[in-house]
Amino acid sequence: MTSDTDHKLRRILTDVLGLKPGQADAFDADTGLFGHLPELDSMAVAGLLTEMEDRLDIVVEDDELDGELLETYGNLLAYAEAKRAR
Amino acid sequence: MQFTAYPCPLPGGAAGSEFALAFDRDRQHRMLVLPALFDEANRMRRFAVEVMRRLDGAGIDSFLPDLPGCNESLRSLAEVEAEDWAMAAEAAAAEFGASHVLAIRGGALFVPGALPGWSYGAVKGASLLRTMLRARVLVSREAGREENLEGLLAEGLSQGLELAGHRLSADMFARLHELAPGDDIRLTAIDQDLIGGSPLWLRAEPDEDPDQADALAAVIAMGLKQ
Repeated sequence: MTSDTDHKLRRILTDVLGLKPGQADAFDADTGLFGHLPELDSMAVAGLLTEMEDRLDIVVEDDELDGELLETYGNLLAYAEAKRAR
Repeated sequence: MQFTAYPCPLPGGAAGSEFALAFDRDRQHRMLVLPALFDEANRMRRFAVEVMRRLDGAGIDSFLPDLPGCNESLRSLAEVEAEDWAMAAEAAAAEFGASHVLAIRGGALFVPGALPGWSYGAVKGASLLRTMLRARVLVSREAGREENLEGLLAEGLSQGLELAGHRLSADMFARLHELAPGDDIRLTAIDQDLIGGSPLWLRAEPDEDPDQADALAAVIAMGLKQ
């Protein structure tokens, strides 16, 4: 069962990475992001975070930004779900 | 397609000019295309020109001006103020006799007052700045320097700032931070849902999408027929 946040987050990654529809469905909790996908440089990550703020209606704080957050899809999703639950 | 220029006054009123790309066959409808800004300008340029080719095929002239300090401009971006971009858009509209405008992303912040037309993906200046500020924070952290959004924002407002390789003057930074797309009823906002696919300005790498260019040109061509 996928949550609304999960669905939206996959859609955002599809947009940022230029994936074909459905390709992001294959992401699991261990799928590597920052540091694993060469196209995900700092500008792309910044764009990704802005889109997350807009579409998930959250505010990403400076001090929440660490390497771990963006390491895997699972980490990013857990973060987004916790933010939205607040 | 022609390579041309338009007169764009320098600060203080001296004569200057900027480059523009034109599809000009003296037709009735003449579209001023205002480009996306900063890193998005690169990602959206091919798309903008692809749309212009399609408009040309549909019997519509179009013009894509360089803004001062951008692209082929001889001026240094660090010395450009936001007002210079608004004046450049007005000057290009006048020179090319524009009947309509298509503003892409941040281009929507500088639409000449008198023109009807369309905006695509219009964005607040503050949102563009926030993304670039954050990219800078990420890069700094990787390099072991501690910077934060709040501190950089304050620095940008007081002294200007270099963001994603673009040196912004304090005036440019402060004005961009305030500017938001207008709610002019003569401008029709084009939603991504209408264009299909995912927005090219979000892509990590520059990309193209003929279907999206077809869709945007079709929306405009149909709008002009009504």
